[in-house]
Amino acid sequence: MDQGFFLLFAAASVVAALTLVLARNPVHSALALMACFLQISAIFVLLEAPLLAVIQIFVYVGAIMVLFLFVIMMIDVREAVLQRFLPGSNLPVLVLLVLLGVEMLVLVLRSDRFSVAEPVAMRTGGEVRQLSTTLFADYLLPFEVASIILLAALVGAIVLARKEPR
Amino acid sequence: MVPLWWYIVLGVALFVIGAAGVLLRRNILVVLMSLELLLNSVNVNFIAFGHYYDDYRGQIFAIFVIAITAAEVAVALGILVALARNKSTLKVDEVSMMKG
Repeated sequence: MDQGFFLLFAAASVVAALTLVLARNPVHSALALMACFLQISAIFVLLEAPLLAVIQIFVYVGAIMVLFLFVIMMIDVREAVLQRFLPGSNLPVLVLLVLLGVEMLVLVLRSDRFSVAEPVAMRTGGEVRQLSTTLFADYLLPFEVASIILLAALVGAIVLARKEPR
Repeated sequence: MVPLWWYIVLGVALFVIGAAGVLLRRNILVVLMSLELLLNSVNVNFIAFGHYYDDYRGQIFAIFVIAITAAEVAVALGILVALARNKSTLKVDEVSMMKG
């Protein structure tokens, strides 16, 4: 049951990711990435992390991808549609990517560290409560730093996108 | 029950596809979207390990990754809008003004 759902979501997310990389039109890429994020949030539900699944949908699908679509709408993208990939020979990059993938797969499949079949301990409800206790007690300083980074990014984005005063 | 390495292999697949998008595509917007895909594949790994070793730190790091990603996207799209306004191009290979 779980395995079937995992295979379904994983196959859909990989297909959506391939569509993202191969699509000619940036709008199609953005929609494919949205679909991929939805599949990944379903996988988070399978991993018993419902809070992360909801955050994923809110932040990625709701905020980030809508921002992307707005920028695509604002900027004229027709001239960039003509050529999908970088000019010149892309063979070294492809070799590098294949090497990277093979290396990671060999490391994962050869090591016994990743062969855990069952979670170590089954959770006993109240996950969000425990998660937020850990977040706001042990990780309070990183949390505040993250909020300051978000504020700085907000100000920076406004300053960068503003028209230069003549 | 799904074994842990299935999730890791999914993360590897999404990471390699995203890296291909970052390294090969010509449109800056698609490069940025592929970057999002890279960060998300890392999130899958974080949450899978956190679930299988019964540790909440995986989810907490995933939350931080999502927050930093939101900041990164805001700044990157601001730079992109300024770039499109000043140089009127979206091709990665035509933006080389900082190349010494």
